[in-house]
Amino acid sequence: MSKITKEQVEHVADLARLSFTEAEIEEFTNQMSKVIDYAEVLNELDTENVEPTTHVMDVRNVLREDNVKPSLQREEALKNAPKQKDGQFEVPSVLD
Amino acid sequence: MSFYDETLSSLHTKIKNKEVTITELTEQSFKRIKETDDKIHAFLTLDEERALAKARELDEQNADNLFFGIPAGIKDNIVTKGLRTTCGSQLLDNFEPVHDATVMNRLNEKNVVTVGKLNMDEFAMGSSNENSSYVAARNPWNTDHVPGGSSGGSAAAVAAGQVPFTLGSDTGGSIRQPASFCGVVGLKPTYGRVSRFGLVAFASSLDQIGPITRTVEDNAYVLQQIAGHDPLDSTSANMEVADYTSALNQDIAGLRIAVPKEYLGEGVDEGVKARIQEALAKLEELGATWEEVSLPNSKYAVAAYYLLASSEASANLARFDGVRYGVRKEGEDLLDLYKKSRSEGFGDEVKRRIMLGTFALSSGYYDAFYKKAQKVRTLIREDFEHVLNSFDVILGPTVPTTAFKVGENSNDPLTMYLKDILTIPVNLAGNPAISVPCGFSDGLPVGLQLIAKPFEERTLYKVAHAYERATDHTKVKPEL
Repeated sequence: MSKITKEQVEHVADLARLSFTEAEIEEFTNQMSKVIDYAEVLNELDTENVEPTTHVMDVRNVLREDNVKPSLQREEALKNAPKQKDGQFEVPSVLD
Repeated sequence: MSFYDETLSSLHTKIKNKEVTITELTEQSFKRIKETDDKIHAFLTLDEERALAKARELDEQNADNLFFGIPAGIKDNIVTKGLRTTCGSQLLDNFEPVHDATVMNRLNEKNVVTVGKLNMDEFAMGSSNENSSYVAARNPWNTDHVPGGSSGGSAAAVAAGQVPFTLGSDTGGSIRQPASFCGVVGLKPTYGRVSRFGLVAFASSLDQIGPITRTVEDNAYVLQQIAGHDPLDSTSANMEVADYTSALNQDIAGLRIAVPKEYLGEGVDEGVKARIQEALAKLEELGATWEEVSLPNSKYAVAAYYLLASSEASANLARFDGVRYGVRKEGEDLLDLYKKSRSEGFGDEVKRRIMLGTFALSSGYYDAFYKKAQKVRTLIREDFEHVLNSFDVILGPTVPTTAFKVGENSNDPLTMYLKDILTIPVNLAGNPAISVPCGFSDGLPVGLQLIAKPFEERTLYKVAHAYERATDHTKVKPEL
């Protein structure tokens, strides 16, 4: 069985900006352990000299001319914001 | 009139000859949706008023192309300007995009009439549509069964005759698997062939948009229209688009088919196996030859996929924070606001994958899980490259089973993941693949999967069309 602990799950939840009830943490610990256990099957393969694939197409440094073009108007950009103020996204104060 | 009896080209001829108006066509689509959608729940949002207004406007104009006035449904993770786009999530319940996806621009410039947005597993994470946070779509062939996922609504809508074609997206099989379950034609293009700009990202190195249609010919027409380089998607392929429709009506004599033993082995239903063997015999009759091959690393694909796709998802879904769009839940401070908005907005499967992905990318585990999975991805790609050096297509089932019952797998994520074992390797490798109907097992459709070299969609259409012409599978329709 896997090495995933409840504390690890709580730490990962915090990194992922998610919060869970005690019961949910229990359940996630259980389910994640199963999936991670399953993932260990990959260790059957010797990948010592294998290059990782990050992307299937060999594209890199796709550049374009730095031309000024029309962009979203502020009003449109803010259209879906749950809260806005003075033409900006509004969030709770982050400084005391 | 019924869309079951039509193709894009027959509809176009009728529009041109004034046998049918675009308004009538659009009304027919909404009528059929209203007759059937309380049973199959393919649509999340209808855009009836605007669609009919556009149809009336188009009736005053000259039908100058094949897509002119054709009604279509769009998966709800493809952004549509001014038309609610939820991704099947409560978190985006109120989201109204301010721009169109590139594929929408491509369809709109030909005057396609968008009738609405299609149901899906939340953020495209799922294989049954049961992860839609609204209502689970159902299979038109038997509404006790799932339509597949995540593009379940897109496949069900075509199978139910609601619209002539839809767009879906495929990250680990999300076009091909529901196409197989619903008895329709679904293509996942080569990675990079269709722009992802405006597709709400799940796993950026795997996601592709593709067409779902009733016939192979229609599928080729839709891909022709949406494929191509897009400066707004730096991962889109900057190479010329092939002429897909010229691949239709071709002879397949001499075609070399590879049948991986892993694709007809353990876990594949007898009924599915039988249909695939019949399809193989049919293709042989048409002049193809086949040999058994091996894709030895197939069995590692599901594990590698769930690590990679979840890792990419955990990063992509970080943008849903209750600040710029979506539903916001107030908190004591900014961090609390993020956590509350995300925890209440996302469903269980989405949270499960964000957690798995965050774990796989976290310090101390990155090399053991994420990087290891990337290396295994290389081995899986090499398997495909190796086989396709000597063969034109790889053939097998799209899914090991037919559509399962609603609720049958929903409590066991791992079992559900393993159902994607035949579609996932193709996304990891980036190749194109198509699912075409090849008959029934216990009253439910079976899908034949064909896989080709990167950018060889033409080969897929050539073989699939030859097979379709030689059989009657796409002519059968569900009783609804």
